[in-house]
Amino acid sequence: MLGLNRQDTALLIIVAVLTLLAPFILNPFPEGSGLATLNAGYPDLMQRFVIYGIFAIGFNILFGLTGYLSFGHAAFLGVGSYAAVWMFKLIGMQVIPAVLFSMAISAILALGIGYVSLRRSGIYFSILTLAFAQMCYNLAYSVLGNPNSRFNLTNGETGLQLTLDDPRILGVQRTPDGGIPVPNFFGIEMRDSYDLHLGDWVFTFSGGYYFAAAVMLIAFYIAIRIFRSPFGLMLRGVKSNQTRLYYTGINARPYTLAAFVISGTYAGLAGGLLACMDPLAGAERMQWTASGEVVLMTILGGAGTLIGPVLGAGFIKYFENIFSKINDNVLHGWFAFLPDGLEDFMVTLVHPFVGKGWHLTLGILFMLVVIFLPGGLVEGGQRILGLFRRRKAPPPGPDPEHHPKPTPHVAE
Amino acid sequence: MGILEVKNVSKSFGGLKALRDVNLSVAEHSVHAIIGPNGAGKSTLLNVLVGKLVPDTGSVMFDGQSLLGRKPYEINQMGISRVFQTPEIFGDLTVIENVMIPCFAKRDGVFRMHAFETVENEAEIVAQAEAALADVGMLERRDMHAAALSRGDKRRLELAMCLVQEPRLLLLDEPTAGMARADTNRTIELLRQIHAKRDITMVIIEHDMHVVFSLAQRITVLAQGAPLVEDTPENIKGHPKVREAYLGEAA
Repeated sequence: MLGLNRQDTALLIIVAVLTLLAPFILNPFPEGSGLATLNAGYPDLMQRFVIYGIFAIGFNILFGLTGYLSFGHAAFLGVGSYAAVWMFKLIGMQVIPAVLFSMAISAILALGIGYVSLRRSGIYFSILTLAFAQMCYNLAYSVLGNPNSRFNLTNGETGLQLTLDDPRILGVQRTPDGGIPVPNFFGIEMRDSYDLHLGDWVFTFSGGYYFAAAVMLIAFYIAIRIFRSPFGLMLRGVKSNQTRLYYTGINARPYTLAAFVISGTYAGLAGGLLACMDPLAGAERMQWTASGEVVLMTILGGAGTLIGPVLGAGFIKYFENIFSKINDNVLHGWFAFLPDGLEDFMVTLVHPFVGKGWHLTLGILFMLVVIFLPGGLVEGGQRILGLFRRRKAPPPGPDPEHHPKPTPHVAE
Repeated sequence: MGILEVKNVSKSFGGLKALRDVNLSVAEHSVHAIIGPNGAGKSTLLNVLVGKLVPDTGSVMFDGQSLLGRKPYEINQMGISRVFQTPEIFGDLTVIENVMIPCFAKRDGVFRMHAFETVENEAEIVAQAEAALADVGMLERRDMHAAALSRGDKRRLELAMCLVQEPRLLLLDEPTAGMARADTNRTIELLRQIHAKRDITMVIIEHDMHVVFSLAQRITVLAQGAPLVEDTPENIKGHPKVREAYLGEAA
């Protein structure tokens, strides 16, 4: 289907179903119960899952396929956000032109940064991209963001926001009741949501989430096509052995540059979508920690796999938003069934790992994954599947040693 | 006039003269061996041929075109493929993918943005790659990870990667280095078959006299960066200067 083989089609369908049903899947606990804190099915977080998923999918096209570790991808995310907000200010609140503009601007930026950075490989490449990203951050934070200058692109510390005076030449300057209009997709406002009450459960369906999810599915589909294409094969060749490629009549540079621009465009798309969900853009989105985060997402999920980066993005965003919310009150609620002394002990024990300490939990998890599952969460899943398969099915051929099983092009 | 003409090539590294006034003419469809003791300049000469090194003086012509100043991938696109001393393959990819990459390189040139085709659907490329694997007797390893191959199989794979491009000139850098005698003989047989079947011009840089005398039609002996003598294997064997400079050590 759609030019994919059966395995990939199945993967795409599974991902599509999961994203469409996410409001149900992420809200397994009834409202008001003690475990409701663990519910992640609210629009803001679900939007972040898919948007950072796009960011990580794009990053994986560069890092997972070519092995070039960019440490400056947040620059494209931030630039994408600024570009989208400018479109909202100048043209109107329709999201499509905003997102397209984000992609175009970050692609151009990626072309420039990639052209220079890709002259080096390994750690030098990483440092160059980091340097460029920090330059972009500082440009956004101060140089191009002086509110008193006439050339104020980013509005510095405050961040770029919509105002009632923005021209919005193809839209309306203000809504009938005098407010700032909301980004919309042909009338569906990103902020629109519908609550479905089923017994004790509440499921929220948000316009913004479904728009971002649809974009993610398209982005995911394109990534699969790239992975399976001759172009993707060349990128994997770059990662595996550049010398051989060079003596095989292939110039690796344009391939890596194309991969860099594609992944920068994905990052710009993610940045643009962030701005669509909440139309403001600040320089902190371009900070190096944000660049590091996408590296973590990709490695945690499984670099070079299709679904890994999406899983990693979901995982990290879940921790960032859910574990950080668990405070001592919630913990006392959870351990209330224990005798008092034991309850306090358990709370003290768990306390450092939740709330403000969520980084600690994430750090430990990351360590465990890197040490025991170098292929990321995807490898974990494969091992579990492998256990089941070994138990169920006998070896297929009479001599399995002699005919090694075909290894998939990319591990799923 | 040979297909490959090296004229007065010199190359120095600091004070060391690695090549001095090397002249070499390789006739089309022949197997030409370059031998010499360690440090004779064999590898430097090969690196000049593939574009890794630029000589200080002299010219290198391939089929009437100069190779000087061209990048290795440009030289490959002109029809020169190279086998390395330690096999350079794509360890992370499967065997068939390893052979498909040179196939694509031959068809699509140094760069093509073919991001929306699917590798599996490139029937012609797959067929060519399988044929090349069959030629070196590795078709049953088709879907293995290249890194998991034995050393001998890696060499055969690299050979298939070169052959699939149907090069006009195949450069082999010590194709039997580190092999046991039985494997060496198998490689000799394989190269002989390939030469008989495809009529590719081959330049072999080799240490092992057994290999050289079994395959080559012409032999150039390098010593201290300069060609000592060039002749047929029969004459080289009995040549006093060669015995003195090279074979003497072995005998």
